[in-house]
Amino acid sequence: MSKSVQIPPVEVHDLTVKYGEKPVLWNVDFEIPSGKLIAVVGPNGAGKSTLIKAIMGILEPVSGYVNIFGKPLDEMRNQIAYVPQRESVDWDFPISVQELVMMGRYSHIGLFKRPRKDDRQIVAESLEQVGMTEYANRQISQLSGGQQQRVFLARALAQRADIYFMDEPFAGVDASTESAILELLKSLRDQNKTVIVVHHDLHTVSQYFDWVMMLNLHLVAFGPMESTLTEENLKKAYGGRLNILSKAIHLATQQNYSREK
Amino acid sequence: MFWIILTAILVSASCALVGSILVMRKQAMLSDAISHAVLPGIVIAFLLTASRNTFPMLIGAGAFGLLTVYLTDLITRKTKLFEDSSMGIVFTTLFAIGVILVTLFADMVDLDQECILYGEIAYVPWDRWLFMGMDMGPRPVWILSFVLLLNIIFFLVTFKELKIYSFDYQLALTMGLPMAGIHYGLMGMVSFTTIASFESVGAILVVALIIVPPATAYLLTDKFLNMILLSVGFGVLSAITGYFLAVWIDSTIAGAIVVMTGIYFLMAYIYKVYFDEKRQGLDSQKNIVALTPK
Repeated sequence: MSKSVQIPPVEVHDLTVKYGEKPVLWNVDFEIPSGKLIAVVGPNGAGKSTLIKAIMGILEPVSGYVNIFGKPLDEMRNQIAYVPQRESVDWDFPISVQELVMMGRYSHIGLFKRPRKDDRQIVAESLEQVGMTEYANRQISQLSGGQQQRVFLARALAQRADIYFMDEPFAGVDASTESAILELLKSLRDQNKTVIVVHHDLHTVSQYFDWVMMLNLHLVAFGPMESTLTEENLKKAYGGRLNILSKAIHLATQQNYSREK
Repeated sequence: MFWIILTAILVSASCALVGSILVMRKQAMLSDAISHAVLPGIVIAFLLTASRNTFPMLIGAGAFGLLTVYLTDLITRKTKLFEDSSMGIVFTTLFAIGVILVTLFADMVDLDQECILYGEIAYVPWDRWLFMGMDMGPRPVWILSFVLLLNIIFFLVTFKELKIYSFDYQLALTMGLPMAGIHYGLMGMVSFTTIASFESVGAILVVALIIVPPATAYLLTDKFLNMILLSVGFGVLSAITGYFLAVWIDSTIAGAIVVMTGIYFLMAYIYKVYFDEKRQGLDSQKNIVALTPK
């Protein structure tokens, strides 16, 4: 019983978001359990990124609200960390790896103040966790795709949050970075952090994550991987896109079988 | 001569400061929009105070600069138009209103359209500021010094916030950092800088001073602080060499300064293209790593 009394890290109620006139999320309602790796999947344009942007207050919803540990977002901003899509920033921007990761400390440092010694310490630790220590003084324009993603993760680690939102951290990274990221996600979960990841790749979703959220404008399904990643739910989420659908079902269910072995 | 060069240096330093952030944010043309949209603000300030006192003008220009930014954001958010179109609508309309105001009140307003558009830095030394009967030196120098000081204070105080504002606005929002404040603060500084520079270099050339020196710096550095300092450096260098170019060919000073900014950009461009050729090996290596399939 004690588990069900716990305050959920993220509660979303009746969330509706529109871009101009076009609705991109309809009446989405869920509670996220703590200490889980959660994948958000769905076809292109399903509103996956929109959902996490709306939860984090980047987009203003038409209706609905979000609670973080039972409190409004504005009181809890230091509890959440964000890894945006890698393409959302300009990698030719003139800063070093260290400076980028330091941005994760900005809300802790406080307005108009300068980073302190312990901020620099946290930045160094975060870089070490993603294996980028030796790149600290590199300019970000000199990084490969995988390195860019590691640096983004280091910045989120530097935020020292309890909840992590990541928008496609596995997109376009090399194999070693992919496994490094996965290890990192698992260690976050083992520290009872909650990690919500927009994920594109149905091959790996059941391998990498504990819970899955299927989205297609509406919330199609949300729950533990085994009971949620079913053919029926996949059909609902990807419905209409037959060619993708059959492939998706094939891949996803195949993964399930191989896991059970 | 001393006052003219000092004025040019002050103008170009202020312009390069605000310009460096606009260039890094890929919003350089916002300076073009603001430099036009502040016109009604100037005329209204002029009509209300019936003088060419600069402070009401700064306030009028600041108000219309921020109005431009606000209306542009509003249209972009509420319609499906992109930011460039919204901006195009807002600033041309405001500028046209300004032009109408100038012509309607031409008798009362001692505003010269030529001067607003092109400026005349050569008259600066004769525009004296008399304070309690004392001659304090050219008035524009005082105003421009004040605006440059404001700019420097703004940059020192919000240095860290400007960095995240330019690089990752969305992350800053999720952290609850006051990005709207930084945005409007910066746009206010762009408006002040533009209006203070008007008389000297005019509305069109001020855009060059905001964009070109920072663009030159952007080609040459990949460090944030260097980007800002180099921008100011190129601005000041263009001001000084531009003055002597104008004297040498006996032509407009503002025009010569802008030509010099263009020449420095060209030099940086040529250097960069040559430099990049040498780095090609490194770059292609980078791509191979990025494209390795899983």
